[in-house]
Amino acid sequence: MTDFLPTGIELTYLVATGLFIFGLKKLGSPATARQGNVWASVGMLLAVVSTLLNQQVLNYQMILVGIAIGAVIGVTAAYKVAMTAMPQMVGLLNGLGGAASALVAIGEFWRLLNAGQGVPLGSTITVILGVLIGGVTLTGSFVAFGKLQGLITGKPVKFPLQQVFNALLLISFLVCSGYLLVTPDNTSIFLAMVGISSVLGIFFVLPIGGGDMPVVISLLNSFSGLAASAAGFVVMNDMLIVAGALVGASGLILTNIMCKAMNRSLPNVLFSAFGSGEVKGGAGGAGGVGDKVVHSIDAEEGAMMLGYARSVVVVPGYGMAVAQAQHTVRELADQLEKLGVEVKYAIHPVAGRMPGHMNVLLAEANVSYDYLYDMDDINPQFDSTDVALVIGANDVVNPAARSNSSSPIYGMPILDVDKAKHAIVIKRSMNAGFAGIENELFYGDKTMMLFGSAKDVVGKLVAEVKQL
Amino acid sequence: MTTTFIASLFVFVLAAFVGFEVINKVPPTLHTPLMSGANAISGIAVIGALLISGSKEWNVTVILGLVAVVLATVNVVGGFLVTDRMLQMFKK
Repeated sequence: MTDFLPTGIELTYLVATGLFIFGLKKLGSPATARQGNVWASVGMLLAVVSTLLNQQVLNYQMILVGIAIGAVIGVTAAYKVAMTAMPQMVGLLNGLGGAASALVAIGEFWRLLNAGQGVPLGSTITVILGVLIGGVTLTGSFVAFGKLQGLITGKPVKFPLQQVFNALLLISFLVCSGYLLVTPDNTSIFLAMVGISSVLGIFFVLPIGGGDMPVVISLLNSFSGLAASAAGFVVMNDMLIVAGALVGASGLILTNIMCKAMNRSLPNVLFSAFGSGEVKGGAGGAGGVGDKVVHSIDAEEGAMMLGYARSVVVVPGYGMAVAQAQHTVRELADQLEKLGVEVKYAIHPVAGRMPGHMNVLLAEANVSYDYLYDMDDINPQFDSTDVALVIGANDVVNPAARSNSSSPIYGMPILDVDKAKHAIVIKRSMNAGFAGIENELFYGDKTMMLFGSAKDVVGKLVAEVKQL
Repeated sequence: MTTTFIASLFVFVLAAFVGFEVINKVPPTLHTPLMSGANAISGIAVIGALLISGSKEWNVTVILGLVAVVLATVNVVGGFLVTDRMLQMFKK
């Protein structure tokens, strides 16, 4: 009878693991994604309930209070957050997960120390890994959150010898690890390591530009999985190890997909302080731009161009997200369709601040995903498009990525908006995008600029199109 | 101790391969929900937190464990709900 309960708990863990795997699999297809999420959450519920049945766990009142507090905060945050703030939200939650894993590692280490039977070498190593990965995930995610929320400047924060400084932090962490392996009961060294890993997370993310935050969040997501795995090795629980490994691996794949979409390597994203304005050789393409003329139009002319077009491709970017213009954009598309215009949406893989960011926003505005086209599908169609309507996108439509080999974004796949018969660009000003480089598209003969906040301008366009 | 450790290492590596395989082909549309769903799963740390905060006597471990319970629960509950909120908007 006494053996029955632990076995039952382990078997429940096995079921929960299966649910996680099937859930993740189902999350990969639009038709089954929601169901997949439910499966995964049922897996989590099973895992938690069966753990509470563990005979080590006696402290029910306090634990239930803890769960209740966490649940209330989680529910409130999940329902209050705006769809546009989703990247920050994931970043923040990610940081909390990393912190929890680190705390588990620290707590278990403390218990082993005070149990007085010495700490096994394997445990010390996994504790060290848990503290390092968990600490970096915690503070790194918070910095990423601050950058996306606008609390910290989105520009890369740089200072001399930065990478040397970061390397020194890492080395000092490793040196401390060495000490700790020899003398596990040296608590001041251990606390120093907790501090170093937190500082490392901050300085790791600070020099990365806001435009690259999606990649960073995805990478930190992968880290938080690995941190959970490390915590799993510390408390010797296969459930944690498996779930953590699943997240770690899937996060890494996602990170890789995102880097590919920008045609950059991961080290380039992490260490090149992209978008700091110190653009090398920018003069090649941008230099001549200063003398060129910008064609600016007003909403009435814009509405005429759109209303009398046969096909319009909408290219949304971060500007649409900031202005919360997705509903107005949908309204415009509805009006245009009434006039017989064919409307499609072109989604660049890294438009916005998160992969699929635009898809989520447009889905919120009830745009069916049949109308959304990936870059590879839409690019051949721009030749036969009458008007490309660019709403708050910049770098992802910059032709310099194709033509100017000295441009920092050279080689990044872009949406070929310049191939459409006309392009209308809605933008607040002529300022450069996140990558900090000029965009020749705005000076093209076929390009009309419509200045203003995306929401106002699109609203005016809707009103004008209605009168056509 | 070592044999269980090695066994767990096997489990870890195999699970990582499963993770790679499962996520291989995902349309960009689903990247954000997938990231946030995976993020909720990484809140599995809550299990570890429950195990170390289970003792009835107050000590540093229990306090750290309880804090971890709160943080991980926020991660789990918030993560799954936010993912569901995003996904319910994907309609055909």
